[in-house]
Amino acid sequence: MNAANDKAGAILVAENVTMRFGGVTAVSDLSFALRKGAIGGVIGPNGAGKTTVFNVLSGFYTPQEGEITLLGKNIKGLQPYEICKMGMAPTFQNIRLSPQMTVLENIMVGCHVRRHGRWWSAALGLPGFYREERELQAKAAALAEKVNLDKQLGETAGSLPYGAQRRLEIARALATEPALLLLDEPAAGMNPQESIELMRFIGKIRDEFNLSILLIEHDMKVVMGVCEYIWVMEYGALIAEGLPDQVRNNPLVIRAYLGEDVITNA
Amino acid sequence: MRFDRNTFLTLAAMLVFGLILWQSEKFLGDYQIYIAKLIFINIILALSLNLIYGFTGLFSLGHAGFIAIGAYVAAICILPQAQKEMMWILEPIAWPASHIFTPFWVAVLGAGLFAGIFAFFIAVPVLKLGDDYLGMATLAFAEIIRVLIVNATPITNGSLGIKGIPNHSTLIVCYIWALFTLVILARLCYSNFGNILRCIRDNEIAASVMGINVFHYKVLSFCVGAFFAGIGGALLGSHLSTIDPKMFNFLLTFNVLMFVVTGGLGSLTGSILGATIITILLEWLRALEEPMNLGFIELPGIPGMRMVVFSVVLLAIILKRREGIMGTRELTWNRIFAFFSRHKA
Amino acid sequence: MGFEMFLQHCFNALTLGSLYALIAIGYTMVYGILRLINFAHGDILMVGAYFIFFGTFAFGWPWGVAAILSILAAGLLGVLIDRVAYRPLRDAPRISALISAIAMSFFIESVAVVVFTGQPRPVQQPAWLTNAWQFGDLRVTHLAAFVPGITIILVCLLLYIVYRTKPGLAMRAISKDIETTRLLGVKVDNIIALTFGLGSALAAAAGIMWALRYPQVHPYMGVMPGLKAFIAAVFGGIGSIEGAVLGGLVIGFVEIMAVAFMPELSSYRDAFAFLILVLVLLVKPTGLLGEKIEEKI
Repeated sequence: MNAANDKAGAILVAENVTMRFGGVTAVSDLSFALRKGAIGGVIGPNGAGKTTVFNVLSGFYTPQEGEITLLGKNIKGLQPYEICKMGMAPTFQNIRLSPQMTVLENIMVGCHVRRHGRWWSAALGLPGFYREERELQAKAAALAEKVNLDKQLGETAGSLPYGAQRRLEIARALATEPALLLLDEPAAGMNPQESIELMRFIGKIRDEFNLSILLIEHDMKVVMGVCEYIWVMEYGALIAEGLPDQVRNNPLVIRAYLGEDVITNA
Repeated sequence: MRFDRNTFLTLAAMLVFGLILWQSEKFLGDYQIYIAKLIFINIILALSLNLIYGFTGLFSLGHAGFIAIGAYVAAICILPQAQKEMMWILEPIAWPASHIFTPFWVAVLGAGLFAGIFAFFIAVPVLKLGDDYLGMATLAFAEIIRVLIVNATPITNGSLGIKGIPNHSTLIVCYIWALFTLVILARLCYSNFGNILRCIRDNEIAASVMGINVFHYKVLSFCVGAFFAGIGGALLGSHLSTIDPKMFNFLLTFNVLMFVVTGGLGSLTGSILGATIITILLEWLRALEEPMNLGFIELPGIPGMRMVVFSVVLLAIILKRREGIMGTRELTWNRIFAFFSRHKA
Repeated sequence: MGFEMFLQHCFNALTLGSLYALIAIGYTMVYGILRLINFAHGDILMVGAYFIFFGTFAFGWPWGVAAILSILAAGLLGVLIDRVAYRPLRDAPRISALISAIAMSFFIESVAVVVFTGQPRPVQQPAWLTNAWQFGDLRVTHLAAFVPGITIILVCLLLYIVYRTKPGLAMRAISKDIETTRLLGVKVDNIIALTFGLGSALAAAAGIMWALRYPQVHPYMGVMPGLKAFIAAVFGGIGSIEGAVLGGLVIGFVEIMAVAFMPELSSYRDAFAFLILVLVLLVKPTGLLGEKIEEKI
C-alpha cells in the first residue's frame, strides 16, 4: 500500500462510508486515507457521487454507515461549523461569497472561528474588542496579500473577476486556520490555462501554510499535475486508486470516463 | 477605540444635536416636540428590525409583539400602585405587578430584557424555518402575544388597556435611548460580528463551513433586535400615555417594516432616514383626512385617504427603487465630504 | 353536551371549514406556482362581499346575477393585482414580492375604507337561506347545507380545470419548473394570470357566502379569514389543492369544537389557528400533503 494511503500518518480517514437517499445509494462502502501534508484527489465522471462525498466530509450529510476521522477525532454526525473548528475548511463548486461585502470583510468572516472575544465585548466597546478587531483585520489583510488580492481589499466581492473570487474563497477558508482544505471542483468554469495556474497556486498554498488538501474534481487532467494520490469513483464506489500515472493507465478508469467502446476499439 | 477625525466629528455632532434638543422647548411647539419624540422612538424600532431583517436576513413579522411586551412591562413598572389598583376594574391586579415601582430607566431596560427573553423562547423553535415561513410563524407569535395580553387581565388589565401612564419620555430621554441603540448596533454591525451576520444573510451554508454557529448567531440577532424593540415599546407607551392590545396589531409591524425598507435594508443610517421621513410623511398626510380650505374652495376631509397614499408610496418604493434610499450603504463622514468636495469642484 | 348540540356544532364547523377551504385554495395555487404568499388574497374576499352587497342592495339585482358578476369582477381584480404588484417583481428576491403583497393588501383595505367607509354594514339574508329544516331538536338552516354544497361544486370544477384541461396542465408544469415550462412555449404569464383569476374568483365566492353567514360587510373582514385560510393551506401542505381543502376543514372544526367543548377558552379563539400554524411548521413544515423540498447544497 502506498504511503499516501496509510492510516497511521493520515489527517483524514474515511472507513466504509455509505450514504443512501431513500432507495438510492449515492456512496457505497468508501474508504480512503489522506496523508498529512499531501494533496489528494477524488475524481470521477458525472454522477459518480463526488458531491455527496463532499457533503458527507463537510458535515452536511451524516452517512448511514462508516466512520470519518479528522486528525484522529471522529467527525461523523458533527455540524459543519464544528468540523471547521476542528481544522477542515471547504470551498464550494459554485462560489459562495457575500457579493456586497468587501474582500477584506469576506476574509474576516473566516477569521471569526479563531476569535476569543464574545459578541457583548463588541456591543459594549471593551478595549480588548478593539485590539482583537485590529488583529483580525491585519490577519485578513495578510491573507489577501498571499492570494494577490491586496490591491482590491476595499472592493466588493461581487465586482471581482471569476478567478479572483475563487482565490478569495480560498483565502477565506485559509483564515479559519485549517489543517485540511477541501476543495470542491475548484477548476469548474475555468479554461485550461486558468486551471493550470490555479493548480500551481494550490500547490504553493500547501507549501506555504503547511496544509493537506483534498480536491474533488471532475476533470482528470486538472488533478494529474498537482495531486500526489488519486481515488477514482464511479456509481458511488471506489474503482481505482493510486499515483497519477497508475490511475491514468488504469483501464477501469479509462472506461469509466470514456465508455466501453474506447477499450474495445483500441 | 481609535480617536480619529470621524469619531470626533460623530461625537461632536451627537453632542451639538443633544444640546439643541435640550433647548428645543424654547423654539419648538408642543406638536413639533410630539413628532420629534415619535421620530426618535420610530428610529429605535427601525434600527432593531433592521438588525434582524436587514443585517441577518431573518424575515420577522413579529415586531409588534415585542413592542407590546416592552410597552406593557414599562407601563406596569412606572405606574404608582394606587393608580394601578384603581384602574384594574375587571379583575384586581396580581402580585408582583401591583407592587412594582421603578425609576424610568430601570423600567425601559426591564422592558427590553423581557422582550429579549420572550424572543429567545420564540427564536429557538422558529428560527429553524426559512424566509416566508419564518415570517408567518413570527406573525403568528405576535398575534398569540396579543391574545395573551387580552386574556392576562390580572396583569395587563385585558382589553381595557392601561391609561394615564406617566410621561417620562421627554425629547432628550428619547434622544439618548435612540443614541444608545444606534451606538450599540453600529458597534455590533460594523465589527466582525456584523460581517458574520451579513454572511449568514447572504449564504448560510458558506457561513456554517467557515466555523460559524449559524443558529446561535441567528438567535442572538433576533434577541438583541427584540431587546431594542422592547425599549422602543417602553418609550412609545410612556409617550402615548395610553396602551391597549389593539394598538399592537400587524399594522404596527408593517409601519416599522416600511421604515426599514424605505431607508434600505442593511443600512443603519438608512433606517434613521427612513423612520424620520415616513414619520413626518404620515403626520403630514393627516391633512388629507381633515377639511382643507384652499381659499376659493373648501374640500372635505376623506377618512382613510392617509393609508391609501401610504400604501401607494410603499408599493412605488418596492417596485421602482427596491433597495430603498441608502441600499446597504451608510451615510458616513467620508461620503459627506466627498459629496461636498465634488460639488465644489 | 347533547348529541343534537354536537351535530349543530358539526354543521357550523363544516360551514366555516368550507369557507376556509375555498380561500385556502387561492393561497395554495399562487404559492405553488410563484412561491409567494399573496397577502392581498383575503382582501379579495372582502371586495367580493362588497360587490354582492351593492349589487343586491343598491342596484336590486337578483342574488344569482349579482353573485356571478361579483365573482367575475373579483377574478379580474386578482389578475390586475398580479399585473401591477407581482409581475414586475418576478426576478426580484422573493421577499420583495412579499412586501409588495403586504402593501397591496393595505392598499385595497384603505381604498375600501375610503370608498365604502369603515362602518360595518348589515347584509340582508334572503329568506330562502334562513329557513331551516327541523329534525327534533336539531335545526339546520338551508345556509348550512348551501355553503358546503357550493364549495363541493366549486372544488370539483377547479380540480377538473387543474387536472383535465390544458391550462391546468400548464399550471402544474409551472409549479414544478417555471423556466423549463417557459422554454416549452407555454405563455407563463398568461397561465399565472389565470391562476390569480381562478383563486380570486373562489375567494370572492367565499366572500359572498361569508357575508351571508355572518351577515355584515366591512373593509377589514378579509384579514382574519385570510390569515386563517393561509394557515389552513400550510397545514394541508402548501401547493396542494386537496391539502388546502383538508386544512380548511380541520381549522374550521378545531375553532368551532374547541370553543364548543371548552367555552372558557372562547376569548382565545383567534389564537388556536396561530398555535396550529406554529405547531405544524415545527413538526412538519411541508404540511400534511405537501411535497418535501430538498435544499440543494
